[in-house]
Amino acid sequence: MAVRRRGGVQSYPDVPVDLWVTCRKCGGMHYRPEFEAALRVCPSCNYHDRLDAAERIALLLDDPGEFREIDADVTAADPLGFRRPSGSYVDRVAKARALTSRNEAIVCGIGPLHGRPVALGVMEFGFIAGSMGSATGEKITRLFEHALRHGLPVITVTASGGARQDEGLFALMQMARTTAAAARLGEAGLPHICVMADPTLAGVTASFAAVADIIVGEPGATIRFAGSRVVQGTLRRRAPVEDHTAEWVLRQGMLDLVVPRRELRETLGRVIGHLAPAEAAAPARVTAKAARV
Amino acid sequence: MLEFERDLDELREHIAELERDAGADPNSQVARELAVLQLELETRTADIFAHLTPWQRVQLARHAQRPHTQDYLDRLCSDFTELHGDRRFADDPSVIAGLATFEGRSVIVVGHQKGRSTAENVERNFGMAHPEGFRKALRLFDMAERFGRPVLTFLDTPGASPTLDDEKRGQSWAIAENMARLARLRVPVIVTVIGEGGSGGALALGVGDRVLMLEHAIYSVASPEAAAAIIWRSSDHAEEAAAALGLTAPDLLRAGLIDRVVPEPEGGAHRDFDSAAANLRAELARMLEELCAQNVDDLINARYAKFRAMGEHQQAPAV
Repeated sequence: MAVRRRGGVQSYPDVPVDLWVTCRKCGGMHYRPEFEAALRVCPSCNYHDRLDAAERIALLLDDPGEFREIDADVTAADPLGFRRPSGSYVDRVAKARALTSRNEAIVCGIGPLHGRPVALGVMEFGFIAGSMGSATGEKITRLFEHALRHGLPVITVTASGGARQDEGLFALMQMARTTAAAARLGEAGLPHICVMADPTLAGVTASFAAVADIIVGEPGATIRFAGSRVVQGTLRRRAPVEDHTAEWVLRQGMLDLVVPRRELRETLGRVIGHLAPAEAAAPARVTAKAARV
Repeated sequence: MLEFERDLDELREHIAELERDAGADPNSQVARELAVLQLELETRTADIFAHLTPWQRVQLARHAQRPHTQDYLDRLCSDFTELHGDRRFADDPSVIAGLATFEGRSVIVVGHQKGRSTAENVERNFGMAHPEGFRKALRLFDMAERFGRPVLTFLDTPGASPTLDDEKRGQSWAIAENMARLARLRVPVIVTVIGEGGSGGALALGVGDRVLMLEHAIYSVASPEAAAAIIWRSSDHAEEAAAALGLTAPDLLRAGLIDRVVPEPEGGAHRDFDSAAANLRAELARMLEELCAQNVDDLINARYAKFRAMGEHQQAPAV
């Protein structure tokens, strides 16, 4: 049988390449069915590989079939008529929609966790690197507002390159907007838990994610303020070689926990059980507060 | 001096020379020539400043002689008392903050502070705040609410400091916490972008009831160099990035992301600090008066609604 070499690893033309997965972090090769069964956690280096929003929702909820998506129709406009050398923003959005079957870089909805309804927002990294534009910010803000109206705890899962440059200052303002919405949820005594997945960067780290009541890092996730290209572009020197992994950020005191994927649902359910208002009391309490706003 | 200022400056020097020679007679040949040159200077200045490119505005916003926060405080406030430190880690000289009197009212003032000399710029980290700078600001925001004093902030930064040490001390957390606090602060907050409004480092002092911009200030999702590094993968494309990002004051007013453009004196704020400050004083005084008269709950609800409305999206059928 003919053998060709591909990326230094032997592969056989009649075997689908898809059967093997290369770890993004350590480069280890894994048999895909086993890798998937391990929830895409690398058995060699424990890197938690990126999940798309649907996989993440399936992982987190008691029953993903009960997930009720909201605001699925919200999508990006093009406020600046922006064009990169590689093409227009409108085309990028169109490609991202085709690639991910989503209208934006976050999927929001309501679903059960440990028998309790939670408002869940999961970022879709495949959609323009999970970057936050106006429509993304609109969906996040609506999620917090929906949770406030209905007395629900909020879980966000971040995976994002930061603010979407193609929308200029509109994108930056999503930081203020989503953070304000998160702050208002906190005033009503409703918890916000953020899971920072790989990668969580810049404008998303430095907004609604960082003001969560509990912040959970996924093992090995890159979590940082300034991406290496930005550091190099502004300081004119090479970015520091440090890892900026969740474990490192935890040691700096900026995360509450680093939780293995297999234990994530259980941990989130337990934490919310401690912080969320007793279900019967919740709506009345929130209505009183919400009446002011 | 900027390239497009050089011609004007030569003309100015020529005028100054003639003025020395002109003597007292208003009808002399020299005096008549002077009048013509004065007019030419005005016309050419007006012409250049009426057609500034975005990149020229970036250069003006960063002009080495441009007035910084301290220069405005000296002219706007009668008794600025600077307060130092975040009571957690250190005092960050790239943010100045304190108590002051503005138009007869006690206010809390906070702003990024750039240096003018190289030594001062190193000391002040070119106006790039560390987490402790933002936390000093946060401490004063808390104080403002506790004592019912309005807050005036002044934005002038290329961006938040992005080094490894800043990451260690939680730069993202510092920025986010400031935005959350400002969004809900129960006193009036007026934000003025006086020079460079660079990214999250600017926004950490930038959430308020009113957002003003000096005419030649810029406000951007990332500095043109950083945006170029992200989009073109090289900061050498900063000029193209500046043009694409829509970061000038007139652009942002049209976009509805700021409330007001404060006019600068002819040739830019660096040519006449006093006039620049006087223009700003007039706007701040009027707005502060208006905001202080409002009920606090209405104020923060309106502030929420203001930022809530920032963004453009559309509806599409679910894919």
